[in-house]
Amino acid sequence: MIGALGAQSGYCCFVCKWSRPETGQKIKRMSSKLSRGLLIAPLLLLLNGCNLVVMHPSGDVAVQQRDLIIISSILMLIIIIPVMALTVFFAWKYRQSNKEAEYEPNWHHSTRLEVIIWSAPLLIIIALGAITWVSTHTLDPYRPLDRLDASRPVTQDMKPLTVEVVSMNWKWLFIYPELGIATVNEMAAPVDVPINFKITSSSIMNSFYIPALAGQIYAMAGMETKLHAVINKEGVYKGFSANYSGAGFSDMHFKFHGMKQADFDQWVEKVKSDGEGDLDRAHYLDLAKPTTAEPVHYYNGVDPDLFNAVVNMCVDKSKMCMNEMMMIDAQNGHAGGMPHGEHSQAGEPTADMSHGEHSPESAPMAGMSDDGATAQKP
Amino acid sequence: MATQTAVHETQTPVFLAKEEPHAPSSTMLGFWIYLMSDCLIFAVLFATHGVLGRNYAAGPGPKELFDLPLVAINTSMLLFSSITYGFAMLAMAKDKKQATLVWLGITGLFGAAFVGLELFEFSHMIMEGAGPQRSAFLSSFFTLVGTHGTHVTVGIIWLITLMVQVGKYGLGAANKRRLMCLSLFWHFLDVIWIGVFSFVYLMGVLG
Amino acid sequence: MPSNPDLLKLIFGRLSLDSFPYHEPILVVTFIGVMIGGLAVLGAITYFGKWTYLWQEWITSVDHKKIGVMYIILGLIMLLRGFSDALMMRAQQAMAFGDSAGFLPPHHYDQVFTAHGVIMIFFAAMPFVTGLMNFVVPLQIGARDVSFPYLNNFSFWMTAAGAMIIMISLFVGEFAKTGWLAYPPLSDISHSPGVGVDYYIWGLQVAGLGTLLSGVNLIATIVKMRAPGMSMMKMPVFTWTALCTNVLIVAAFPVLTAVLALLSLDRYVGTHFFTNDMGGNVMMYINLIWIWGHPEVYILILPCFGVFSEVVATFCGKRLFGYSSMVYATVVITILSYLVWLHHFFTMGSGASVNSFFGITTMIISIPTGAKMFNWLFTMYKGRIRFEVPMLWTIGFMLTFVIGGMTGVLLAVPPADFVLHNSLFLIAHFHNVIIGGVVFGVFAGITYWFPKAFGFKLDPFWGKMSFWFWFIGFYFAFMPLYVLGLMGVTRRLNHFDDPSLQIWFIIAAFGAVLIAVGIASFVIQIVVSVMRREQLRDETGDPWHGRTLEWSTSSPPPEYNYAFTPVVYDHDAWWDMQQRGFVRPTEGFKSIHMPKGTGAGAIIAALAVALGFGMVWHMWWLAILAFVGMIAVAIGHSFNYDRDFHIPAEEVIETEEARTKLLAKQA
Repeated sequence: MIGALGAQSGYCCFVCKWSRPETGQKIKRMSSKLSRGLLIAPLLLLLNGCNLVVMHPSGDVAVQQRDLIIISSILMLIIIIPVMALTVFFAWKYRQSNKEAEYEPNWHHSTRLEVIIWSAPLLIIIALGAITWVSTHTLDPYRPLDRLDASRPVTQDMKPLTVEVVSMNWKWLFIYPELGIATVNEMAAPVDVPINFKITSSSIMNSFYIPALAGQIYAMAGMETKLHAVINKEGVYKGFSANYSGAGFSDMHFKFHGMKQADFDQWVEKVKSDGEGDLDRAHYLDLAKPTTAEPVHYYNGVDPDLFNAVVNMCVDKSKMCMNEMMMIDAQNGHAGGMPHGEHSQAGEPTADMSHGEHSPESAPMAGMSDDGATAQKP
Repeated sequence: MATQTAVHETQTPVFLAKEEPHAPSSTMLGFWIYLMSDCLIFAVLFATHGVLGRNYAAGPGPKELFDLPLVAINTSMLLFSSITYGFAMLAMAKDKKQATLVWLGITGLFGAAFVGLELFEFSHMIMEGAGPQRSAFLSSFFTLVGTHGTHVTVGIIWLITLMVQVGKYGLGAANKRRLMCLSLFWHFLDVIWIGVFSFVYLMGVLG
Repeated sequence: MPSNPDLLKLIFGRLSLDSFPYHEPILVVTFIGVMIGGLAVLGAITYFGKWTYLWQEWITSVDHKKIGVMYIILGLIMLLRGFSDALMMRAQQAMAFGDSAGFLPPHHYDQVFTAHGVIMIFFAAMPFVTGLMNFVVPLQIGARDVSFPYLNNFSFWMTAAGAMIIMISLFVGEFAKTGWLAYPPLSDISHSPGVGVDYYIWGLQVAGLGTLLSGVNLIATIVKMRAPGMSMMKMPVFTWTALCTNVLIVAAFPVLTAVLALLSLDRYVGTHFFTNDMGGNVMMYINLIWIWGHPEVYILILPCFGVFSEVVATFCGKRLFGYSSMVYATVVITILSYLVWLHHFFTMGSGASVNSFFGITTMIISIPTGAKMFNWLFTMYKGRIRFEVPMLWTIGFMLTFVIGGMTGVLLAVPPADFVLHNSLFLIAHFHNVIIGGVVFGVFAGITYWFPKAFGFKLDPFWGKMSFWFWFIGFYFAFMPLYVLGLMGVTRRLNHFDDPSLQIWFIIAAFGAVLIAVGIASFVIQIVVSVMRREQLRDETGDPWHGRTLEWSTSSPPPEYNYAFTPVVYDHDAWWDMQQRGFVRPTEGFKSIHMPKGTGAGAIIAALAVALGFGMVWHMWWLAILAFVGMIAVAIGHSFNYDRDFHIPAEEVIETEEARTKLLAKQA
């Protein structure tokens, strides 16, 4: 706990340091040491009191993302700080009233300087670009985890927890297929266990985001996106939609509990005992109706096909599943009437359009498929 | 005069033009830039068709819907109209007002035939239940082909306007410039149609 | 009233008494205010008998200078509207904590933030930069007008018509509740059945056409109408940036037009481009809108880079450092701006290679931008810097923009974007570059060229007030948003549970109030300057010791700009002329060939408003009538071959002699 607090204030301080350039130049404007103290002291106080969750996360993926923010910022400050300092210095030195300063109205070219001003940013960008390429691949949300944290790799015998997430208007549904339970607007996971999220939406696009755990990923109807993450510390964290989705959006948040395995088992038991029954298709369609600030509630059973049906947009059995539609289309279509249901239910490959595996034509731009990143088909 | 300054001081260059510089007309350049922007609209529609062109929503696909012989006739209408527009321009270059008007009229008739055949094709498909609401494929098909058809229609209205103007005011410099612009527009639509014919119809049926 | 529902529907479409928000006190008060203000203005015009003047000298004018001024007036009015939306948002977010829901319910708040974004980008920033380009470019290249003067008038009125459609939505019906880019499926007909998205679509389509045509016009102008001797590599940097911006406009706006047309087909016809079902593809909308949207931000910033280049050189009394690297940097930015659009949605789940490609291309843009920054810096080096108001804005820009650039590159690192995307950090970033770059640039430009347009300078005291309140206000308003972003707070939220966030929102609201004082100072500055115009009068035509051609003619320039077309030998043509002993001719003037004004542009644009209104409310008869009317007026206009006239030599002599006397009085 103390360590955590230390880390927290440490990162708050990091932000102070990081936001110093702008404070710095306000100071130069006022050019008074007094105002420096006056400005920085309350800022420090404020930042100490705050919870900069992005700078102080509790999951390994988010920690690596935080480190990346720090490294990139430092790299860029190598250029930014001198530029800002020189701007102020030149503005002061070459002011009109300073007759001492040199004045060369026709000096406008220097090959050496031009080489420097193009190559200095170039070098920084080469470094940053290399970091970007590597980190984007290692931190690809579609890639299964290979470590729990900096010191512990993921081993073969660790069984990941699968959570199927559905964003609805305006609430979150979490299905635990291996445990046969489902929850609304509350989620829990045991610490140090890899979590495989499969994410979709019932209609409007949202973004699934638990800042303490890992970066966000869009939840889109008719598509499945993936996220792999792990929580390393116990605690209650905020989760929410990070993409505006309409009237009830502001209340579309939930609590994410990081728990010890035993506590988690207990939580599962609680869900099972407090659950209000089976989440079957009829209940799902009822739940999918728009509500705002939906209270937490549990289901002690889930239709095992439900998530696939949601992804394929055929929970309502009168609608044709998208995967089936795509199979028909792949045979160049048929002159049938309107799509109708009661066909095979979504056991087939899902309509994973965002990675373009099954329908490369359907999303060539967003789904420029990257095989290394496309993992884990159901 | 501006040049007088130069007379007094031999080192001072001429800073003001003594004659009004002959400003070249920007019309053709401007119109060409506009056509490129129009081309981008078609590019978006082609890209959309590329993305959605196989999403039949379990409905009819190109093999069932497209009548290639009809489309071939349609294509020839537009190609002929381009040739006849070319003849109109040749007549214009020789300042033959009457011949220009006749060729423009023939061009307009070919254009109208093209639009008519396209409307026939559309109505036929809609009657079969394959309207733009049926699937993403049909949405993009109707939009791409329909946008081209709308352009041709606009071209015909413009052509009629120009025929009236040529008839009334003759082949003056302004009217010649306008005929050149419409010529660019008309051939541009021809080029776009060749893209539509190859990518939408041929590749739809054969691909 | 006899109620025949079918007939009423035929006439009024979806419009009914309930469409008027008379139950919304905020809107009713605003409406009364706008009505009183509007009636006062109309009354004043009638009282002073200025209608004919307004029609002949402004509304039908094809003079690029007047059109430029009208663009900027439009931008200022819309800035006020967009900023009042901003104040409402800041107030709402500062008070809506815990049990308090604030004063804006979601259905109102969601319209406010959508309107703020749309108005600020399309109807404040765009008219500002288009206005500056319109006013300055022909003067800088020594031309008498743009290539297509009538088209220029039409473009302006179409932009104004788009703004009008958006403004109508304030009092009739509602505006979109979708965010400024109206992503489907939220914006499709089943999730947004109201008229809001339709207002959005038609407002942008009408204004977009104007923007596109003005882009075509300015490219043709710059390519074809430069003064003899002004090769491409001797063009002023502002003209270069204007050229690149207009190339971007012509290459980007058709994409917007097309994607909005597809969205409207989905809404009006029931097609399946962006629907969730029947093979539609939502991601395609997001890709296409950003293929327009990313170049759009460079469309806004590039001319401002040009303004800063002119201002720095002028107020440092020194030739711009590294002219050619400035030009190449501009061109490189122009090209690269097409290769980065996907960085707006790394979180969509494209593969790692795709994401890193777009991340790295984004970072590469910072290289030419960095080079530009250094060029301005080394222009200051060994200069004689006069801290006039335009220079203050420029230094404020240099200090502020680099911070925004840094956070921008940070957001271009995909894994970092995963935690910062859509957060208030992002909001802080783009306001950092748009306020620090575009707003500061536009104000620098307006202050710099104001004496050229009106013949007197802006009052420096109120200009400095405006600058300092904007500058300090910006930091108060947006630095807290960076912090909030790092606290994991996302954008577009209408109320909050966590009380520890409130202090930051209060600081941000305070910053917004400071900016409000900055805007008020700017308006006061204009009023005070008009009142003190005799003291602030510029009789030389060159109040700042400028370097480019526009400063060689009188302030304000005569209708024909230049009595003789200038001949250019070097960069900074006016500076060069002065250095090499140019003497202004006092005789030999001839008659000058100029375009005539026309009312067709304003009439077609007015019909476009009716068309948009008819389409929004499903009043099909109105839409059809307006559309046919637009075509008829356009064709009718094409029968008018008598489009130009000659300013008689006597008039030119009279104008030039007046200037000769004025200059003699100075000396």
